[in-house]
Amino acid sequence: MRANNVLGLIFSNTYDHYLNELTAMRSMGSVPYGGRYRLIDFQLSAMVNSGIGKVGIITKSNYQSLMDHVGNGRAWDLSRKNGGLFILPPFNTSTASGIYSGRIEAISNAMDFVSHSDEEYILMTDCNTLYNFDFAEMFRQHEKTGADITIAYINGVAPKIVELAELETDDGNRITGISRSRSGVESNYAINVYLMRKALLERLINEAMSLGYHSFTMDILLKNIDKLKMYGFKAPGYVRMLDDMQSYFEANMSLLDSDNRKALCLSQPVYTKVKDDVPAIYGLNSEVKNSLIADGCVIEGQVINSVLFRGVHIGKGTVIKDSVLMQNTYVGDNVSLNCVLADKDVVIKPGKVLSGDKTFPIHIGKGIVI
Amino acid sequence: MSRKHECIAMLLAGGQGSRLGILTKNIAKPAVPYGGKYRIIDFPLSNCVNSNIYTVGVLTQYQPLELNDYIGNGSAWDLDRTDGGVHILSPYQQIKGTEWYKGTANAIYQNINFIDRYDPEYVLILSGDHIYKMDYSKMINFHKEKNADCTIAMLEVPWEEASRFGLMLVNEDGSISEFEEKPKNPRSNKASMGVYVFSWKKLRAYLLDDEANPNSSNDFGKDLIPAMHNAGERMFAYAFDGYWKDVGTIDSLWEANLDLLNPQVDLDLTDSSWKIYSKNPVTCPHYVADTAKVQNSMIAEGCEIAGEVDFSVLFANVTVEEGAVVRDSIMMPGSVVKSGAIVQYAIVAENAVIENNAVVGKRPEETENKDEWGVAVVGAGVNVGKGAVVAPKAMIGEDVKGAE
Repeated sequence: MRANNVLGLIFSNTYDHYLNELTAMRSMGSVPYGGRYRLIDFQLSAMVNSGIGKVGIITKSNYQSLMDHVGNGRAWDLSRKNGGLFILPPFNTSTASGIYSGRIEAISNAMDFVSHSDEEYILMTDCNTLYNFDFAEMFRQHEKTGADITIAYINGVAPKIVELAELETDDGNRITGISRSRSGVESNYAINVYLMRKALLERLINEAMSLGYHSFTMDILLKNIDKLKMYGFKAPGYVRMLDDMQSYFEANMSLLDSDNRKALCLSQPVYTKVKDDVPAIYGLNSEVKNSLIADGCVIEGQVINSVLFRGVHIGKGTVIKDSVLMQNTYVGDNVSLNCVLADKDVVIKPGKVLSGDKTFPIHIGKGIVI
Repeated sequence: MSRKHECIAMLLAGGQGSRLGILTKNIAKPAVPYGGKYRIIDFPLSNCVNSNIYTVGVLTQYQPLELNDYIGNGSAWDLDRTDGGVHILSPYQQIKGTEWYKGTANAIYQNINFIDRYDPEYVLILSGDHIYKMDYSKMINFHKEKNADCTIAMLEVPWEEASRFGLMLVNEDGSISEFEEKPKNPRSNKASMGVYVFSWKKLRAYLLDDEANPNSSNDFGKDLIPAMHNAGERMFAYAFDGYWKDVGTIDSLWEANLDLLNPQVDLDLTDSSWKIYSKNPVTCPHYVADTAKVQNSMIAEGCEIAGEVDFSVLFANVTVEEGAVVRDSIMMPGSVVKSGAIVQYAIVAENAVIENNAVVGKRPEETENKDEWGVAVVGAGVNVGKGAVVAPKAMIGEDVKGAE
């Protein structure tokens, strides 16, 4: 299978409600992550790195920030004459209300785009999963096994997300059983990365729509387990599914570990929209330990075990500990922050003290002044 | 066919910058890294875009590969345009033969056809050697107001340094009465910045004259501008007030980088209304480990720091291992300082590796004979072996064997 024969389809809004506080004003795909990225960067980059040249992004709501971020796709080399990047907003038809309610309806809404693409295969992914593996390996396995559908999975403690598929496989990775994943139980669970022939997807979706099905996992995958050859693909490297604010917080902190950083951010390039910020500037009495710092930061105080996004300002005499501060957070002098998760453009005035807990960081909404 | 452009810029980027030694062995001077993530040419290019000049010819000649690659289609500066945009102009073969650019004026002469395509009123001549932020549109307005034929940007320099520059004596109305090229006893401290605005019709005529003159060295400063002045054309000086630095020598390049750490210096790169654009590296934010000590420095993305960094500028993807020390130095992209090594008063070029316990450079206060002191330079890709010592002022272009 040549990668340029695979169409990419990214769901930018799935599971928004699991990160409620962060997705109030944005879609899952445009949630900032890791100091300089947005979650969708990992999907777009992995697709482009594997050789995919045409990608559709299914949007549902609050997608202004997402459109602003991806633009015409140039940062991912997806500004092209042939293929490139397509944003697929919801629309009203005689049969559907526009705002879809599940994966089946979402794909159905995008069917025009899918059908009119020349690619023979389709790869579908979500934005709340972090990874950076080579999809081409998955393509190769798909071809080798002669699978109808290949589903990427990992082994671990299943996240809280409902209707995730728990997979039973034989030694050859053939899927022999599918069930609802059990949150908190160690198992092989699907990470919602699906590869199949486009024609098969069209048929499955049409059937499902005519029967009024909603759940991709329960109504399509489970009901076809005997009719279709489904294979599991064990996703290698760093894989994390975000299912609540704590998991988001921890996923940011996980990048303080060098192995994680290499696996997720450096094993293949992860492209993002550039901001043309100046490199970070450290002041005379700055003290930084075990932290990840992006361009545009100005640090005059102390930063320990923290992730600072672009353009964060840390005042004199200030101590930041175990915190994640997003783009353009401004922290004045003599502030103390402990276990704080600040969204973009937050201002903390001089002298303030805020302390949360590692298992429950204090979240400060976008643009709030304290 | 192109629509008429009021002003286009021609950026002279062919210089070798021979005083930068090994730093320009394989790259042209405008491609030399500066300020943690930039290259020198980012400054004139960004100034153009910020001044609403979207047609820029970049004249290259010496080692153009990296520069051409860096500029690409100009998208980093928003210069990938349907109408105009950035164009790389290299010397080319013509029916009468092939010629290198013989001088700055000859380089423009050889590209008259390029300029004519845009039929501009004014042509802005820039060089790719200087670090400064300047609104060229103000200078062009000045040129129009004065109904000038040629306007030269000038900067007041300290009197003791004036003899290093091309100087101008300026009348009260801003017109230039006299030029002095690097005089021993300067009568003025108004130096030319190498930024010129010409009315294109006038410049075109003088370029043709200059080319026809067999005694000319085809240089703007030496030939063409004096010729215009002698013929009584309207020549004006436009006063610029701000940071401007020619980074033509190792010392000035080192200084200009460290100027960014000095709050007293009037060069603010954080100003979002006058951004300096560059090609951004694709890497993750930089990581500072528990064992690190970083103060008073500028650090770009992708760096991994576990050692001590003080008063230094680190470009993207630099590694400073635990127990290594970097102070008063410039570390260019991808360079590595291994555990126990010390880098001080030095410029370490791209992807150079300083092995364990090696020492590069020396503090001036530790040097007895001050004449022997200077900034040490390690060239691109050079490996300085374990325990090796690189003397101050040294310029290392080949691997240095370890002493251990």
